[in-house]
Amino acid sequence: MGTMRTVPDFSVVRSGHEVQIPEQVSVPWQGLHRAVSRAPTIPGPAPAGRGGAAPRMRSGAAAAPRHRRGGAAAAAPAGAAGGGGGRRGRKKMPGKLKVKIVAGRHLPVMDRASDLTDAFVEVKFGNTTFKTDVYPKSLNPQWNSEWFKFEVDDEELQDEPLQITVLDHDTYSANDAIGKVYIDIDPLLYSEAATVISGWFPIYDTIHGIRGEINVVVKVDLFNDLNRFRQSSCGVKFFCTTSIPKCYRAVVIHGFVEELVVNEDPEYQWIDRIRTPRASNEARQRLISLMSGELQRKIGLKVLEMRGNAVVGYLQCFDLEGESGLVVRAIGTACTLDKLSNTSAFLPACNSPSKEMKEIPFNEDPNPNTYSSGPSTPLKNQTYSFSPSKSYSRQSSSSDTDLSLTPKTGMGSGSAGKEGGPFKTLLRQQTQSALEQREFPFFTLTTFPPGFLLHVGGVVSARSVKLLDRIHNPDEPETRDAWWAEIRQEIKSHAKALGCHAVVGYSESTSICEEVCILSASGTAAVLNPRFLQDGTMEGCLEQRIEEASPPGCGFCHIPYDELNMPFPAHLTYCYNCRKQKVPDVLFTTIDLPVEAIVVGKGCLIQARLCRLKKKAQAEANATSISNLLPFMEYEVHTQLMNKLKLRGMNALFGLRIQITVGENMLMGLASATGVYLAALPTPGGIQIAGKTPNDGTYEQHISHMQKKINDTIAKNKELYEINPPELPEEIIGSPIPEPRQRSRLLRSQSESSDEVTELDLSHGKKDAFVLEIDDTDAMEDVHSLLTDVPPPSGFYSCNTEIMPGINNWTPEIQMFTAVRVSRLSNINPTNQTLNKNFNDLCENLLKSLYFKLRSMVPCCLCHVNFTVALPEDELVQIAVTAVAITYDKNQALQANKAPTEKSQQRASTDNEEQLQFPLELCSDPLSSQPFSPAKEVLEGASSHTGIPAAQRDRCNSWIELIKLKAQTIRRGSIKTTTSLEKASPLAEGYLRHRSVPSCTNSTVSVVKMTPLSFLPGAKITKYLGIINMFFIRETTSLREEGGVSGFLHAFIAEVFAMVRAHVAALGGNAVVSYIMKQCVFMENPNKNQAQCLINVSGDAVIFVRESELEMLPVQPSAAAPQHTSSAGDVTT
Amino acid sequence: MSSDLDVFVGNTTLIDEEVYRLWLDGHSVAEAVARRLRGGVLEREGTSVAVLQSDTRDHYRTFQMLERLLHAPPRLLQQLLFQIPPERQALLIQRYYAFDEALARELLGKKLSKGTKKELDEVSARTGVGIRSCRRQFDNFKRVFKAVEELRGPLAENIQQLFLLPPALARDYAAIVFFANSRFETGKRRLQFLSFADFAACAQSLMGHWSQGALAPEAAEPDGDLPKSFLQDLKELKVLVADKDLLDQHKSLVCSALRGKISVHNELEANFKALSRALVNVGGKLTHARDVRDFFVDLVEKVIEPCRSDKWSPGDLRLFLTHYTAAPRNLPGFRHQALWERYMAAISACLLRMYHD
Repeated sequence: MGTMRTVPDFSVVRSGHEVQIPEQVSVPWQGLHRAVSRAPTIPGPAPAGRGGAAPRMRSGAAAAPRHRRGGAAAAAPAGAAGGGGGRRGRKKMPGKLKVKIVAGRHLPVMDRASDLTDAFVEVKFGNTTFKTDVYPKSLNPQWNSEWFKFEVDDEELQDEPLQITVLDHDTYSANDAIGKVYIDIDPLLYSEAATVISGWFPIYDTIHGIRGEINVVVKVDLFNDLNRFRQSSCGVKFFCTTSIPKCYRAVVIHGFVEELVVNEDPEYQWIDRIRTPRASNEARQRLISLMSGELQRKIGLKVLEMRGNAVVGYLQCFDLEGESGLVVRAIGTACTLDKLSNTSAFLPACNSPSKEMKEIPFNEDPNPNTYSSGPSTPLKNQTYSFSPSKSYSRQSSSSDTDLSLTPKTGMGSGSAGKEGGPFKTLLRQQTQSALEQREFPFFTLTTFPPGFLLHVGGVVSARSVKLLDRIHNPDEPETRDAWWAEIRQEIKSHAKALGCHAVVGYSESTSICEEVCILSASGTAAVLNPRFLQDGTMEGCLEQRIEEASPPGCGFCHIPYDELNMPFPAHLTYCYNCRKQKVPDVLFTTIDLPVEAIVVGKGCLIQARLCRLKKKAQAEANATSISNLLPFMEYEVHTQLMNKLKLRGMNALFGLRIQITVGENMLMGLASATGVYLAALPTPGGIQIAGKTPNDGTYEQHISHMQKKINDTIAKNKELYEINPPELPEEIIGSPIPEPRQRSRLLRSQSESSDEVTELDLSHGKKDAFVLEIDDTDAMEDVHSLLTDVPPPSGFYSCNTEIMPGINNWTPEIQMFTAVRVSRLSNINPTNQTLNKNFNDLCENLLKSLYFKLRSMVPCCLCHVNFTVALPEDELVQIAVTAVAITYDKNQALQANKAPTEKSQQRASTDNEEQLQFPLELCSDPLSSQPFSPAKEVLEGASSHTGIPAAQRDRCNSWIELIKLKAQTIRRGSIKTTTSLEKASPLAEGYLRHRSVPSCTNSTVSVVKMTPLSFLPGAKITKYLGIINMFFIRETTSLREEGGVSGFLHAFIAEVFAMVRAHVAALGGNAVVSYIMKQCVFMENPNKNQAQCLINVSGDAVIFVRESELEMLPVQPSAAAPQHTSSAGDVTT
Repeated sequence: MSSDLDVFVGNTTLIDEEVYRLWLDGHSVAEAVARRLRGGVLEREGTSVAVLQSDTRDHYRTFQMLERLLHAPPRLLQQLLFQIPPERQALLIQRYYAFDEALARELLGKKLSKGTKKELDEVSARTGVGIRSCRRQFDNFKRVFKAVEELRGPLAENIQQLFLLPPALARDYAAIVFFANSRFETGKRRLQFLSFADFAACAQSLMGHWSQGALAPEAAEPDGDLPKSFLQDLKELKVLVADKDLLDQHKSLVCSALRGKISVHNELEANFKALSRALVNVGGKLTHARDVRDFFVDLVEKVIEPCRSDKWSPGDLRLFLTHYTAAPRNLPGFRHQALWERYMAAISACLLRMYHD
C-alpha cells in the first residue's frame, strides 16, 4: 500500500472559545496549505490486512448483483484471519429461512374489465424463487401458502433481503407487477431479538407508492456452530441509539468501527437507458439493501475481532456520487453489552452509588504538565485581545500528527503545584494505553455511562474537498477509505492537541455536488475513564479512586489540556462549581448534555446560518474555490454561534452539528446546537458594539440604540430561559489565573462561604464583554441578523439534544414529524447578504410553522430538532427537519418557577436508570418537583460539605444544602418505594408521578410510536428487536396529477413512515427509537411532469411498556398482537 | 423567496377540526385561509399569513389523501398509511358523512343519478350549502345507496357496519336510501311543511313495521324494498271500507269508544268514513310503483289536511288512531287483524309525526 497521498485540504479544530472578529478575517487560517486532490487510481495489488473481508461488490450487472456465495469462497485465502481451516469446499448451510404468504388486502384493480385482480406472489431470497398459486379475481386474496424454505448460509442471511413481489397473473401478456416488500431478516439472527416476523406489510411500488398490503410470516432456524466462520457476524447486535441502550449494561466499550463498500450506481449504467424507471429504481433499492447488509456484516466481523458483541451508535450513510458510483459507509462504536435483568435494572449502569458515597473526594491538581502534544510555533497574528481564537490551522500531509502551528499564550504564569500531577499522569498513561492499540480512539456515542467522560476539550472537526472520480474497481474502495482515514487522522491529532486521547460524539458526513465532494468529520475531544475501555475491570481500582475525585457535575468541564501550553489561547477561570480546577469560559461539544451536568435554567436551540456565493467552475478550479471558501464559512458560523450564545446569556453548546452543503453556485452552512448555562463555567459577558467612526453623532446614536437592543434581548432571554445563576463572590471571578496564594484563599472562601457576596456580574459591558466592531455594512447586517431570531412562542422550547435541560416532567404524549421545504432563491443578482437573509428567513419561517402546527401540544418542547440542508439545483434550497414534540406537565413547570432560587440549579437529567431511585411518594413534597435526578451526585456533594449547618441557606452554597436535604428525603422515600413496589415494577421511572394517562385500549395494538430520541417518556423499553434501516425510491411521471411536488413528497414521506411502522409491528414492536432520516434526495422536472425522491431512514425497533401499565401488568405484554383487527364497533360507539 | 415544496408529515396524522370543517364545506385553500384569518387565529397564535397558508395546504393535502379511504371507512381503520387514533378516525368519518338536512330534504325521494347531480347547482342556491359540499354529500348518499342496495337485513345496521357511522346517522342514511329506493314524492308544495327529520322518522316507522327485517332478521329481501307479499296482502284490508257493514260497525266501535274523550267527536262522526277510506286505500295502492310515490301526498291530502281543518289536536289524532287500529279486533268476520295492526302501526306513527304545522 502506501501509494496514496491525498492531502486533506483544510481542517479546523475548534474548542468553543470565542473569536474576536479580527481585522483580517483570514488570520486563523494563515499559512494553510490548500490543495485539491483528485482521487488517484490505485494500481497494484489489493491490499491485505482488511481481515476477513469478502470481495467488494462487483460492478457490472448490478441489476442482478453477483451472488455472494461464490464471492465468499473466492475470498477465503485472504480472509482466513481467525476462521480456522477446512472452510473451503465445506457445504455451508447454517440456516433455514422459512416464509409463508398468508393473504393480501386492498390490492389495486389490475384488470379494468372485471375490476378485479388475479394475484400471486413470488418469494425470492438470494437466487432461489418460490411462487404461490394465483388467487383469481379478488382484491383480498387468501393464499395461505405452504412454508417456503430457503437453505442458506449465514453470510447470505446477513446480506440479502427477503424479496416479496406481488404480481397480477395475465394469461396472454406478461404478468404485471403490483409491488414489492423487502424484509430485512437481520433481526431474526440474534437470539435476544425477534423470533418471528409476522404481519401486514404495505406493498410498495416505486412508481405508484403503496398498493395494498400483504400478510407474511418469516422465521429463521439457525444452526449452532455459526460463528466459527468469520465470514458472518450473526449475533452481533446493532443499535442506532447513541447511548448504551436502556436495558443493557456496558461491560466494555471497545471503540470505533468503520467500513465502506462501493459499487456502480445502477441509475448510471448503460442499461438504464433501455429499462423502465421501475426496473431501475428496484435495481437501486435492491443493490443498496444488499450493500447495507454486507456492510453491517463486515462491521459485525470487526466487532467480533475486538471481542465485542454489539455496535452502538451505528450510523450508515449513502453517498450518491452519480457517475462515479455509490458508496455505502458506516461507523459505530463496538461494545460488549450485558442484558440487564429486571431486578438489576435498579442499579445505575456503572457505579454503585453507595460506594461512591464513601469515596473521599480527591484533591486533584488542575495542571497536568506531563502530557502535551508538543506544539511549538506561536500563532502568527495576535488579534485576539482577551479571549482569542481557538481556531488554529495546521498542515497535514500524512497520517502523522505533528502540528505545524501552535498558539502560545502569554496568559497565566502557571501556578499549579504538581501535587496531583502524577496521579493524573498515571491515569492518562493507563487510559492512553487502553486507547493506543486503536487506530482511531473515536466513539459515536453522545451519552455515556456516568463516570465514563472525565474531561471535554472541545469540538474537533476536519473537512476535505475531493474530486470524485469513477470508481474503477469496486472491489477496491481504497480511495474512499484513504480519504476518510486522512480525515480521521486529522481529527485524532486535533484531539491530541487539546490534550485529549479520545473523540466522542463523533460523526461523519458528505456533501456532493456534481463531481465535488466535501467530506466532513467532527466530534468532541475528550478524556475518558479507562475503566470502560478494557476487559478485566477489576484492575481499575486505583484509577477509579482518582477518577471519582473529579467532582460530579462539573468534572467534564475542567480543561484536559495543559494550561501553560494551551493549543489555543483561551480564557480560563477556576471552576465555578468546585473552585478547584480550571474551566474555559465557553464550551462547545457535539455530545448530549451529560446527565450529571449542573445546569442553570433551560436550554434552547441555537442555529447559525450562512450562505456564500461561489463562481460556477469545473473540476479543480471548483474544488479550489470551495476550499478557499470553507475557512471563512467555518469562521463565520463559529462567530454567529458565539454571538447567539451570548445573546442568550449562556455559556455552552451541546449537540453541535455543522453542515456545509455545496451547490452549483453557492455554499451553505448550517450549525445547530443546544445552548445551556453550565453552572461550572463563568457567566458570559455581554456583547458590546463598537463603531468605527466615533465622530459621527447620528452614527453614535444608532450604535447606542443597537447596544440597548442587544442588552434588552440578553435580559429578556435570561428571563425566558430562567438563567439566574447563584451569586458568587467577585474575587473568585477575578483574574483569570489566580496566583497560588489566591488559590488557597479561594478554597478557604468556599468552605467559609464568605458573606461578602457582591453583586452578580450582570453588566454586559464589563471586561468579559464581547466586542462586535461594526466596520462595514456586513457587520451591521450581522448584528441585525442576530436580533432577528425570534424566540419560540410561549409554551414552546426547542433543543437539538436528546433532552431539554431544565424540563423533566414529560408526559407520554409525543409527536414525531418530518417537514421538508424547497424554496427558490428568487434574486436575480444574489449577494451574500440577500442570500443570508433568505436562508435565515427560510429557517425561521419553518420553525414558526412547526410551532403553529404543534400548538395543540403546548406546553411542549421540540427535542432533537435536526435540520438538513441540500442544494438540489441552482437557486433551490431544500431543508428537511425531523424532530419530536413532547408535551410536558405545565403545573410542575409552574411550580418550579415559583421557587427560582431553589430551582435555578438543575441537573440535566434524562430517564436513565438512576431516576429509578425517585420515590413516588414525593409527589406531594413541593421540593421534589425539582427534577434533579441522580441521587449519587447529590450524596457526594453532600459528603464533601459535611459540617456546614443546614441552616445556612442564604450562603452561597445554600443550594447544596437544599439538595442535601432533599437527597435525604429522597433516600428515605426511595427505600420505601422499592419495598412497596415489589419486584414487579422495578422499571417504573420518575414519570409516574406526573400523569398516569390510561392509554387508549383501542390504539395500543397497532400504534407504533416513532421518535428520534433514545427513549420514550413515561415508558420503559423492555426489548430491542433490531435495527431498522430502510431505503426507498419513489418516482412519478404524473406529478401534477399527484398534487404537484408537495403532494408527491407528502405521500411519499407518509408511505415511508407507514412502512417503517409496519416492519416494527411485524417484529412485535410498538416503537422506533433513535429514528433518523439520513437522506432525502428530491429531484423534479416539472416540464416533464416528473419527480423522483430517495429516502433513507433508520432506527431501533423496540417494545416499550407504559409505566402506568407496568404497575398493573408485571408481565411483558404479548408481542405482535395481530394488527388492525379493530372492529367497527370501536369507532362508532 | 417562494416555497415550491412545503410539507409536514407527522407520525400521528395531525387533524385540525376547524380546517376539516372548512374543507368539508368545500372551501378552497384561499377561502379557508381567509376564514381562518377572520377567526382571529393570527392574533391568538402570533403567527403569519404564510404560516397559515402552509398549514392549511398541508391539512388539505392530508384530507385529499384521506378522502379515498373515507369512501370505504373500514379501510380507514385498516390502512397503514396514516396513523390516526381511533377517536380521531371516528371523528373523521362522522364529519365526512354528516350532511345538511336542508340538502337531504331536497334530495329525498329523488333518484340519485347523474341527472340529479346536475341539478345540484339549484339545490345549492336554495339551501345555501356550497356546491362542492353539495356534490360531496350527494356522492355520499349515492355511495351508501349503492353499497347497501342489494344487501339483506336491516338497512340501518348494514349502513352502520359498512360505513362505521354512529347509530343515529346510520338511521338517517337508511331513511335516505329508503326514500331513494321507493322514490316517494316529497317535493310537492303541500309537503313542504315536513322536515327531513319528519320523513326520516316516517321511513324508520315504515321499515320498522313493514319490512321483512322487522319480522325475520334473515329475511330474503333488502330492507329498502317493502316486501311485495306484504303489499299484496294489504289489498285484503279493503274489505274494511268496501264492506258497508264492516265500515259501519267499525265506525260505531271507534266513535263510542272515543265519546267524551276527544274534542272533535262531531267532526269524527261526520268524517269517519272518508278518513277510513283514505287510510285503507293508501295501503291498497302500494303495489303500484306510481302510487307508492304518492304515499305521503295522500296521507297529507286525505288525512292530515282534513283533520287540521277540523282543528284536531295531536292528542285527538293519537286517540283516534289507537282505537281505530284496535277496533277491528271486535269486528265479526274480519280475519286480517295481524296484518291490519302491522299496517296501521306504521301509518299511525307516520301520521302522528307528520301532524304539525
